Amino acid sequence: MEETDGIRAPYRRIADWIEETGTELLGRRNDEAEAIFRKIGITFAVYGEGGDPERLIPFDLIPRAFSATEWAQLDRGIRQRARALNAFLYDIYHRGEIIKAGIIPGRLVYCNSAFLPQMVGFAPPGRVYSHIVGIDIVRTGPGSFQVLEDNCRTPSGVSYMLENREIMARMFPDVFSGGPVQPVDHYPDELLRTLKEVAPASASGEPTVVLLTPGSLNSAYYEHSFLADLMGIELVEPQDLFVDEAKVWMRTTRGPQRVDVIYRRIDDDYIDPLTFRPDSMLGIAGLFDAYRAGNVNICSAPGAGVADDKAIYIYVPEMIRFYLGEEPVLENIPTYQCSRDDELAHVLDNLEELVVKEVHGSGGYGMLIGPKSTEQEIKDYRKRIIADPAEFIAQPTLDLSTAPTLQSNQIMGRHVDFRPFCLVGKNIRLVPGGLTRVALKAGSLVVNSSQGGGVKDTWVLRE
Amino acid sequence: MLSRAAENLFWLGRYMERAEATARMISMGQRMATLPGSMGQSEWTSLLQATGAPAPEDRPVTEADIVAELILDPVSPSAVQACFSKARENGRAVRTALTQEMWESLNEDWRYLESMDTQAARRQLDHLLEWIRKRAAVFRGAVETAMLRNEGYFFLRLGSNIERADMTLRLLNVKYFLLLPETEVVGGGRDHHQWMSMLHAVSGLRAYHHHYGGDYAPWNIADFLLLNQTFPRSVAFSYSQIHGCLDRLDKNHGGAHKCQRTAQTELGRLTRLDINAVFSDGLHEFINDQIATTARISKEVSDAYHF
Repeated sequence: MEETDGIRAPYRRIADWIEETGTELLGRRNDEAEAIFRKIGITFAVYGEGGDPERLIPFDLIPRAFSATEWAQLDRGIRQRARALNAFLYDIYHRGEIIKAGIIPGRLVYCNSAFLPQMVGFAPPGRVYSHIVGIDIVRTGPGSFQVLEDNCRTPSGVSYMLENREIMARMFPDVFSGGPVQPVDHYPDELLRTLKEVAPASASGEPTVVLLTPGSLNSAYYEHSFLADLMGIELVEPQDLFVDEAKVWMRTTRGPQRVDVIYRRIDDDYIDPLTFRPDSMLGIAGLFDAYRAGNVNICSAPGAGVADDKAIYIYVPEMIRFYLGEEPVLENIPTYQCSRDDELAHVLDNLEELVVKEVHGSGGYGMLIGPKSTEQEIKDYRKRIIADPAEFIAQPTLDLSTAPTLQSNQIMGRHVDFRPFCLVGKNIRLVPGGLTRVALKAGSLVVNSSQGGGVKDTWVLRE
Repeated sequence: MLSRAAENLFWLGRYMERAEATARMISMGQRMATLPGSMGQSEWTSLLQATGAPAPEDRPVTEADIVAELILDPVSPSAVQACFSKARENGRAVRTALTQEMWESLNEDWRYLESMDTQAARRQLDHLLEWIRKRAAVFRGAVETAMLRNEGYFFLRLGSNIERADMTLRLLNVKYFLLLPETEVVGGGRDHHQWMSMLHAVSGLRAYHHHYGGDYAPWNIADFLLLNQTFPRSVAFSYSQIHGCLDRLDKNHGGAHKCQRTAQTELGRLTRLDINAVFSDGLHEFINDQIATTARISKEVSDAYHF
């Protein structure tokens, strides 16, 4: 990669733009942008933190950029991974070849809490389980990208990809003139196309697609309504749906209307109280039977969560080789499994230098970041690991790339990660862009919005 | 559309209308309480009675009570703040059915009142009441200029017209609950001023003038507020709007519902009714019957559209 003045090629345009605008004006514009976000009501509730239930995710005006070459590599790697993860899900709910071949230990699959025995032997339309695959990626050096984790259930954040771009285009229309940045605003159309492609064979004519949300108290409700709006489909809550003779209907002012595809943004546990949790207030009784009868499709498929489990993550490169016969384009981050005795010993000896995560955790909670922790914190965490080693994995702290970020009218480097959203239907679609999250605290590696992370626009540049 | 969405829009319409009508009613109470020789508290008491909010029994009702109970209470269904907050909740649950301006307007109303305390509200009460009326107008403007005229629009308008009919009836009831001091007579100066305050509250003073000349007779004012077919806050006018909305919804859904027939019957009755007959049968009884009928239509709407 060509570098001048320490500025990487894809950032040259952004550097010129910052130069022209001046950081003081940028700072003011950043405040304006946040005011717009608040006014529109793009907010994000954080569980268990109290305070403002409709908090705003901080927005940083300086975009993160990928060159066309970088994107070509990412694009190949992301699609490859999405295909392999879906092949894996089909396999484990059918013949389990990858387990028979001794590549993945059976207990990691069949004893996994996300594994649903009810799904065994059932093939969803097109054999697709995870229709929206969100893959968290970090850049660790020139031309080197590594995958942090996969999200195969209901990855969120795509509304920020769209809104961040919208705000940037509204505030700085000049930067986009001449089309140097690839557009992302066709994502909702692509998503709807994908969902229609996987309608069950029983659907007659144009399939009816709905987006199922737990309701307006959910932290991602804004995104649910935003996507439903842009796709022009109904945003339904569980009480809007019911099942009659193994068919799904929604309650409308004209009486019941048939539903063919449900893009659900609620967890497996809460889909159907008859099949899963009898204590759930959220579910739709009988939905799973309607699904297995082939009268409705649920996206993502129940039980798709096995594929994004952190214990399974380690085997994704093997999956790619096994199912696709290809070499993985994107590497994993080297990961130690505490369930293996030799690796556990290594982890316990090197806690000060490692990041330790709970296998089933998410959102950046319950992690130990060795280099940033006190002796006492490490000691306490060690006890937790020894008590139940299989619940933990460890990774080296990475030399994560930083991106220029505006902090009190100064440009500072801050760690970033990147989540593209790969759509899987009959075809695989990937919009050139995604969600860039940034750790706003100096030196921090945690980008989760629940832990004080912010967001940026992401630019995929043309040649 | 989803029944739940229809329900949310219907109640969004009701709550926004109620917020405005409550502000108007408080302005009326204020005007009445400042009339020379007013006993002060009785105006405020009758205001609480008319809205159905609980009134303290052991002490006189003050302006501070009114501000606390009818403006700043976060949960009572009679308070403006609760109305804004419920309107926003209803709107948030059907974000996809709202225009951007409608949503922004609901969002701003809620944030502004949420952070206000009683003292601040009392210091600038006039200003605050005017602000509430203006915010309701901004919302209405956002609806009228950009909302698609689909069934969602008619559910919203239906809700606001049902609420408007109800609140105008309650406004008239304030006068009923307000006892005249013993030294005053019906038709005397105080009585006269109280009737006029009602016209002020509904922004109908000029309109009344044009229609009835300068004669502020109570039966004319009651006629204006109940039976006038051109004044937009009158009960008869609200019923014509209710009927219109239900008609459109019936056509839209290709069926005839009971609520539409009830509205048609009521509209016909209000059109033929003579105000003298209302007075001779008892104004208060008439008002209470009409409040009950309005509530019945609201119930029949939810039955007809499955919410």
